[in-house]
Amino acid sequence: MTELMNPSAVAVEAPPGAAPTGDAEGLSRKSLSPRQMAWRRYRSHGPAMIATVVLVLMVIFVLLAPITARYGVNEAVFKTEGGVSNRYLSPRAEAWFGTDDIGRDLYSRLIYGTRVSLAIGLAAAIIGVVVGTVMGAFAGLRGGWFDDILMRVTDIFLAFPFLVALLVTRNMLGEISWLEPIIGERTSIRFIILLLALFGWMGVARVVRGQVLALKEREFIEASRAMGAGNRRIIIRHLLPNSIGPILVAMTFSVVAAIIAESTLGFFGFGPQPGADTTSLGLLVGTSKENVLTGNWWMVLFPCLTLLLVALTINLVGDGLRDATDPKLQRG
Amino acid sequence: MTETASDAIEAPESGDDDLALAPPTGDAVLKLRDFRVTFPTLFGDVKAVRGIDLDVGAGEMLGIVGESGSGKSVTFLGTMGLLPKSARIEGSATVGGLELVGASPKVLNRVRGQRMAMIFQDPLSALNPVHRIGDQIVEMIRSHQDTGKKAAWEKSIELLDIVGIPQPRDRASQYPHEFSGGMRQRVMIAMAIANDPEVLIADEPTTALDVTVQAQILDVLQRVRREMHTAIVLITHDLGVVARVADRVQVMYAGRAAERGDVVPIFDHPSHPYTRGLMSSIPALGRERLSPIPGAPPNMVDPPSGCAFRVRCPFAIDACAEGLPELVPFGDLATACIRAKDLVELESVS
Amino acid sequence: MFRFIVRRLIWAVPTLLIVTFLVYVAIRLGTDPVASYRRSNARASEAKIQQYIEDNGLYEGFGGYVKGYFSWLGSFLSGDWPNSIKGNREVWPNLKDAMANSIRLAGIASVLSIIIGVTFGVFAALKPGSVRDGGVNTTALVMLSIPPFVSAVILQMVFAVYTRQWFPEATWLHFPTSGVYPPGQHGFNLLEMLRYLTLPVIVVAIQTIAVYTRYMRASLLDVLNSDYLRTARAKGVSERTVLVKHAMRNAMLPIVTLAAIDFGALFGGLIITENIFEYPGMGRFFLTAYGNGDFPELMPWMVIVVLAVIIFNLLADLSYAFLDPRIRL
Repeated sequence: MTELMNPSAVAVEAPPGAAPTGDAEGLSRKSLSPRQMAWRRYRSHGPAMIATVVLVLMVIFVLLAPITARYGVNEAVFKTEGGVSNRYLSPRAEAWFGTDDIGRDLYSRLIYGTRVSLAIGLAAAIIGVVVGTVMGAFAGLRGGWFDDILMRVTDIFLAFPFLVALLVTRNMLGEISWLEPIIGERTSIRFIILLLALFGWMGVARVVRGQVLALKEREFIEASRAMGAGNRRIIIRHLLPNSIGPILVAMTFSVVAAIIAESTLGFFGFGPQPGADTTSLGLLVGTSKENVLTGNWWMVLFPCLTLLLVALTINLVGDGLRDATDPKLQRG
Repeated sequence: MTETASDAIEAPESGDDDLALAPPTGDAVLKLRDFRVTFPTLFGDVKAVRGIDLDVGAGEMLGIVGESGSGKSVTFLGTMGLLPKSARIEGSATVGGLELVGASPKVLNRVRGQRMAMIFQDPLSALNPVHRIGDQIVEMIRSHQDTGKKAAWEKSIELLDIVGIPQPRDRASQYPHEFSGGMRQRVMIAMAIANDPEVLIADEPTTALDVTVQAQILDVLQRVRREMHTAIVLITHDLGVVARVADRVQVMYAGRAAERGDVVPIFDHPSHPYTRGLMSSIPALGRERLSPIPGAPPNMVDPPSGCAFRVRCPFAIDACAEGLPELVPFGDLATACIRAKDLVELESVS
Repeated sequence: MFRFIVRRLIWAVPTLLIVTFLVYVAIRLGTDPVASYRRSNARASEAKIQQYIEDNGLYEGFGGYVKGYFSWLGSFLSGDWPNSIKGNREVWPNLKDAMANSIRLAGIASVLSIIIGVTFGVFAALKPGSVRDGGVNTTALVMLSIPPFVSAVILQMVFAVYTRQWFPEATWLHFPTSGVYPPGQHGFNLLEMLRYLTLPVIVVAIQTIAVYTRYMRASLLDVLNSDYLRTARAKGVSERTVLVKHAMRNAMLPIVTLAAIDFGALFGGLIITENIFEYPGMGRFFLTAYGNGDFPELMPWMVIVVLAVIIFNLLADLSYAFLDPRIRL
């Protein structure tokens, strides 16, 4: 198999009679389940495979933070003494990525920060996907006023520039004092996870709704109903398994979106301020703003590169997943 | 088990036209000799067409019958050069003496639409949804003739009229989605005959249509054959269609010919077990059970050696596995089954 | 089609009303306009504060919100807009300039991106599965993965600091990294304006080129699988005509729609870029106003952005109906 073989090329070339079933002599091709075929396609997507490996390595690396980081999150590289400052040191042996304004090792902080941001992204995406799937499935299946309202609401939210909606909602939620015990206060990690999930579920809901709408006219659903299956059963046993592909893809992209959103908020100072014992990519990227003109290039470059790496790998994985599960490529 | 096909299908009306019974006039218009098509794929080389010979004469309608995967469509897509670039085409295919295998794209472009035309199975997806019907026919005309736009438009209206579309002038300005399935197929035919081609290939033209509409389309094709003396190749898996309009029939299986002959003998006393299997798997009055052909279509990457049908054939013997079966004359048919004579004897015994 | 337009415009009115009401509530809750006013005008008298509340319809309580909304609506529609809380400036002139700047930035970036993106998308789609297809696709994805503020910050760093350090002679390389014109510039100077637009346009273009490339590639790939292309070839039409007259004609449909919607979205969506390059467009306007809790500036801004989205969505639908005969409204 060639490295960069695009699955759609296979579909175009596949002539009739290429992969039939059966087990008599001369009928030797084993039939593959859709899941196996999807996995095969994913494996043939070069960039996606590389990205998956890198991503897994990165996650492991970051999870083993106490071992892989060289210093603690808040630990100064060395104490300032005798005229030798520890502030804003350029990259060197003691601090591979340099130090920040109070002498902390940027490399270690990046590791801890990435860990936090990945967790935030994942949590937000999971919540968003769960809520979105439920809402989307019901909207698609039942239609009616529920569907109408859902569409209207998501339309409105998605019509605004994302950052604007994010900022305004953030402030608004932060002001509603009786919500605070539930969602945490404005600068907490819990708050930002829920805020991001709030925006995330809408995209997923629309995707799932689309899938359900397409699937519900298919005969196997009709057959199920004829056998007496109710809505819940149909969703769980039939619609969801057939929609796993698009849901997975949507979730992957949700994770990236959440991570980038968190970083963006952090960049403008609206991100989480989790206190002195942790940091996040958003915070680290936020400091880059003031360091552009001061010549502390490492404070800009390394956080940005890390963010870029995270976003890129997850995006590539999502792309590979999308190509692998595209229903249009189910042939061959 | 020994019912003949004519019990199942109404015998084709003989004497419908003299032209149908007379042998092809002069040299065949379309000639294929040892025609082969191979596709390289992830799974290996798919040998879709493994050596086909056939002749079609002017004014003749040849029916090509076979199941999905038999290579019937690929054969003709290959002659017209409409297969993906990766397909390997070998052998010979000539239209009016001009060799198409290995011909340059320029030559192929000139042949397509002018000397050879093709209509496809699903007329909705075969027509460009954003162009008017008239424009699509005009494109066909102006690609090969030096006609002005207005004249071409008038000609397209004429053509729509010929194929039986009412109010052709209004209809020419409409879009494909405004036509019914049968009308669209008529449009395809109108487009195909615009430049008076020598050969018209109809690839499953009625499969996507209602039975009642099917008959109308077949009638249109008959008229084209009669009035324009076009050689028509009718590809189908529907035996009823073949019985109705074809002069001769060629049965294909696994990329090779199984049997060939005039339509009446083929239906009356098919010699190849596959053909017989096809005939007896059709529902018919008086027939209580359907007897489908056991087994499944073959794997074309690695087809069974010798006669590909032998793994499903109730009469197969060891000799069937050796050597690719060729079509040999057998009474008023040509058959690729080496046991044809034995089968006839078996029958006359029981 | 005329009826469709009229119907959509009629629907737009209640939509606008509802959305602006929700926005009104959100902004009031989120920014506490009165407190912001006090902050900006620390020495304002009670009378002035009361005047501010009256002008902007900032009444308390649920009923007050409703009453306040209509009060705001009234003064908005009548053109009698209250002034900004900062220095009592009129809102409209600045908003107008911001709009003009944003249109320029978004417009140039969009046009460039469409041309480049479509070209590469076609380039990739013509040989699916090939190295060049994979290359284009992956590059586009990389470009998409670069968050705008990353590219903006890096570009700014390079061009504000390092080009001057490393290439002090090559002044043409010293792209300005903030503002619209050099300070003290009066009147219109195309060259200077373009120089100042260069870096922001690049940042925006990185994202939009990637989007258009992938969209075009997907759209063309879809079309290239269509049966009617085979019919066209069977007619003996030249490959070039097949590509342009048949394939592209169909593949461009979604691109046109996307362009319309995208442009509408870019209107208020360049906050990050404008902020980093200190480019006085709609995005920067919002961020400043928001930071100050400047209610009189925020509300008109919101209305314009929502209006832009509605109008461009309508244009997108209309263009689709216009180009695709299967859609008749």
